[in-house]
Amino acid sequence: MTSFWSFWTSIIILGTIFGSLWLLYIVRKSEPFKTETDQSVGHEFDGIEELDNPMPNWWVIMFVATCIWGFGYAILYPTLGNYEGLLGWTSTGQWEEEVAQADEKYAPIFAKYAATPIAALAKDSEAMKVGQRLFANNCAVCHGSSGRGALGFPNLTDDDWLYGGEPETIKQTLLLGRNGQMPAKGLKPDMTNSDVNDLTHYLLAFSNRSDDAAAVERGGKMFQTACVACHGADAKGVQAIGAPNLTDNIWLYGSSAAKITQTLLHGRAGVMPAQEQALGQEKVHLLAAYVYSLSQE
Amino acid sequence: MSKEINQITYNYKVVRQFAIMTIVWGIVGMAVGVLIAAQLVWPALNFDTAWLSFGRLRPLHTNAVIFAFGGSALFATSLYVVQRTCQARLLSDGLASFMFWGWQLVIVLAAITLPMGFTSSKEYAELEWPIDILITIVWVAYAILFFGTITKRKTKHIYVANWFFGAFIITVAILHVGNNLAIPVTLTKSYSIYAGTVDAMMQWWYGHNAVGFFLTAGFLGIMYYFVPKQAERPVFSYRLSIVHFWALISLYVWAGAHHLHYSALPDWAQSAGMVMSLILLAPSWGGMINGMMTLSGAWHKLRTDPILRFLVVSLSFYGMSTFEGPMMSIKTVNALSHNTDWTIGHVHSGALGWVAMVSIGAIYHLIPRLFGIQAMYSTAMINVHFWLATAGTVLYIAAMWVNGIMQGLMWRAVNTDGTLTYSFVESLEASHMGYLVRFIGGAIFLSGMFVMALNVWLTVKQKDAVALDTVAA
Repeated sequence: MTSFWSFWTSIIILGTIFGSLWLLYIVRKSEPFKTETDQSVGHEFDGIEELDNPMPNWWVIMFVATCIWGFGYAILYPTLGNYEGLLGWTSTGQWEEEVAQADEKYAPIFAKYAATPIAALAKDSEAMKVGQRLFANNCAVCHGSSGRGALGFPNLTDDDWLYGGEPETIKQTLLLGRNGQMPAKGLKPDMTNSDVNDLTHYLLAFSNRSDDAAAVERGGKMFQTACVACHGADAKGVQAIGAPNLTDNIWLYGSSAAKITQTLLHGRAGVMPAQEQALGQEKVHLLAAYVYSLSQE
Repeated sequence: MSKEINQITYNYKVVRQFAIMTIVWGIVGMAVGVLIAAQLVWPALNFDTAWLSFGRLRPLHTNAVIFAFGGSALFATSLYVVQRTCQARLLSDGLASFMFWGWQLVIVLAAITLPMGFTSSKEYAELEWPIDILITIVWVAYAILFFGTITKRKTKHIYVANWFFGAFIITVAILHVGNNLAIPVTLTKSYSIYAGTVDAMMQWWYGHNAVGFFLTAGFLGIMYYFVPKQAERPVFSYRLSIVHFWALISLYVWAGAHHLHYSALPDWAQSAGMVMSLILLAPSWGGMINGMMTLSGAWHKLRTDPILRFLVVSLSFYGMSTFEGPMMSIKTVNALSHNTDWTIGHVHSGALGWVAMVSIGAIYHLIPRLFGIQAMYSTAMINVHFWLATAGTVLYIAAMWVNGIMQGLMWRAVNTDGTLTYSFVESLEASHMGYLVRFIGGAIFLSGMFVMALNVWLTVKQKDAVALDTVAA
């Protein structure tokens, strides 16, 4: 804020507080009666008169007290434009202090777990209770409180993994996040609607759900052009780039013909947000162990 | 009834129109409120229909109760009070008529566009830009009508009720235009000209002053006429009204920042909002004291007059919620209360307890006078309405206090490892009973409105009741 606006707001804030006090003072001083009266001020509106009673004492005291308190607060805390206040308080500072206190208090718990390898940690029931709570706070909003996922959010409890289910791979997914890009129409942007329909049949055929053998055959040819680079010649996917296996019964974005067609036509963009900055290495280590444990039962 | 040319007459037609619509829109707005309260208990009640979803009906409820019900009550009373206390007829009957029909059009347009999903997404200012322009035009007509009548007054001074109505009219005009400035894209879509934190600050400057000037200053105007009139007692202290009026209107405009504690809003603005909100306690209570003390020497009337009971209990709820508000504006309290049902409870102790009750009392006072008869058809029914309204309000706000404080505590509870003890869904599950009690409280309050509508119907259907368009002073 420029010093002009700082000055401007400060003047109005102080002016409002002291203006209130000034108004109280001059009205108080001019009161002709010090106790309750039935004397009217002489106005009459539609039969309503107004008495010349003094303002109640307790009310005046309360008003003055809150004004004094308000002025005191404005001196101690940032209230008047750029003036920082005698106590040096800021809301950011308060937050940083609370985070630092929490870190100091809870860091040893996570430091202890960070020393244990993930696979071993996943068998430590105490650690897994903490891991479950971390999961509930940070992951459940997308993957569900049981970790079974939802449309667009992978199930973490099965043994099917987009990027791999090894302990260190899970940890890397958590630390750095993932960007799953399925381009619209694969590598063949000039694909026609009938090509898309053929491809849908080809994919449905893996679960014996197509009744059009000719379409399946045409779709298989199209697959070798548009999809093979990521999903592989056998359509079983490539974990290194997060391309899913298309031959099983697990469908991240829905298994119906309509959903598959939609995926082919418009593509998909899945994002797993990186947790390294948000949670830190030690908590991610524990979370990785918890996620690993989900598929080990 | 002299036919002298100089005989002053009052326009009662527009007052009657707005008074009747106060009841109609009250029932509509509160019924939508009860429906969405029921949806929070039984989510299936949105019937998987976009039009009936909570997100679309909630703004319909708030707009209907604040601007349709509250607005009609304010227009009926302010146009009545300004004539009677200035001893002057409204500046223009045509303008009054335009204002009435213009405002009804605004309400109907809101009732159509909000369920359709057209929204500027600003709380209490959701209506899209063409409706905003219509509101502005109607509001200017209202301002000309009101202040024009003041300039015609036969009295030397201006009565205190009119100060509050006047402050309400001027400030709401500034707030409405300021917050709704937007760039239209299509007829039904626009984008705010403010961005980010500035937009948030503009929104809550508007939002809190919708409470401060629409729902507080305006209704204090109602209080200042109808309490002394119904109690037949003089106003307690003219001096108190001067001090609390000027302090209230100058402090209130700063308070909105308390809606943005611990946000990206600069610290100084948050602190200023909190300081002003706390100092606001005394000026707010000034109105309560002036209303309550006006009854000294007339307390016995409460035993027999349920209309006066409505007015006095409304002042009690006013005092309570204007104490609660400054407390909730304190940063550390707000850290617990923010985003919880406590806020909803606070709003409704003001909206049901204060705004609705003082309006209902004023309308009961007005109806017989607007139809040239002595009293409402049934005093017993007013009494029944009073108890339904009071019981409904108490149930509602108690349920929200319990829910709100519980939610605030659940959200901040942490385990020994620093993780959160409860997930959001767990706090929602725990709120279920409170939502049920809130629904019951709201339904009870609404049932009172039906009793009122029936009583008014029976009153105006009486043989000697005549809808008076013009009355001699």
